[in-house]
Amino acid sequence: MLTCKQFLQELNDYLDPNVDPVTKVHLEAHVCECPNCFVIVDTTRKTLQVYRGIEPQEIPEDVKSRLWKALERKMAAES
Amino acid sequence: MTPSSNTAPVSAPAPAPSDEGNLVAQAQAGNAQAFAELVKRYERKIYRIAKNITQNDEDAEDVLQDAFLKAYEHLSGFQGHSRFYTWIVRIAVNEALMKLRKRKGDRFVSLDEPIDTGEEEVKREVAVWEGNPEEQYSKEELQRILNEAVETLKPDFRTVFTLRDIEELSTEETAEALGISIPAVKSRLLRARLALREKLTRQFKRKGEDVFAYL
Repeated sequence: MLTCKQFLQELNDYLDPNVDPVTKVHLEAHVCECPNCFVIVDTTRKTLQVYRGIEPQEIPEDVKSRLWKALERKMAAES
Repeated sequence: MTPSSNTAPVSAPAPAPSDEGNLVAQAQAGNAQAFAELVKRYERKIYRIAKNITQNDEDAEDVLQDAFLKAYEHLSGFQGHSRFYTWIVRIAVNEALMKLRKRKGDRFVSLDEPIDTGEEEVKREVAVWEGNPEEQYSKEELQRILNEAVETLKPDFRTVFTLRDIEELSTEETAEALGISIPAVKSRLLRARLALREKLTRQFKRKGEDVFAYL
């Protein structure tokens, strides 16, 4: 069986839904036997979920206003 | 042309809702409103990338502006081999990294330099989380916690993590946007994920419980 260190080096593959089935089974064998790595997998998944669930914040109005004014100037200069 | 009015400085009719490729083609043909639509589509994401990489409001604003101005200037050179979004991300990342270099001087490590990712031990906090952070914290508070965790990563790691796991570019797109190899993306992503997991676990862990709370 893989050591924890070896498993963690392959963690990205384990979390990749498109990983090939042979690799998945190989890695799964470690997770089933190792409670620590089970927790690490679970909390890494949750880490990714929480980041992916955050919508980009609105750009502050003054920042947005300056962006569009700069774009207007650029477009006017090149038209 | 203002974001509130959603109008462009041209009299041409607004393009109908269309895919990115059509908008790019129209913009390349001189339709400023089509370019404005592309800006509106991606401005928040580009601003988030800029803030995550530079960790500085002023620099992020400069990056936002410079990225879209450069994209407009060089639009005719965009060949369509990649998504427009990947292209604008690459411009924005380059601008953001230049800002970092200026601010940090010689201490900045280039993304092109190899880094050790395989041998260094990653300290592990093994604990289950107390419920669902999205339900336990306000949106603003959660945003602050997540931002602070990303901010502690080295630029190499937070840049890869931002593109791959926040903006959800593919490994290949991330490598292309950063001009680094696919193995480099993978190794930096792994380190970034483990480091963030560690930091968030310290924040969100169930107090007084251990791993066996799962079993």
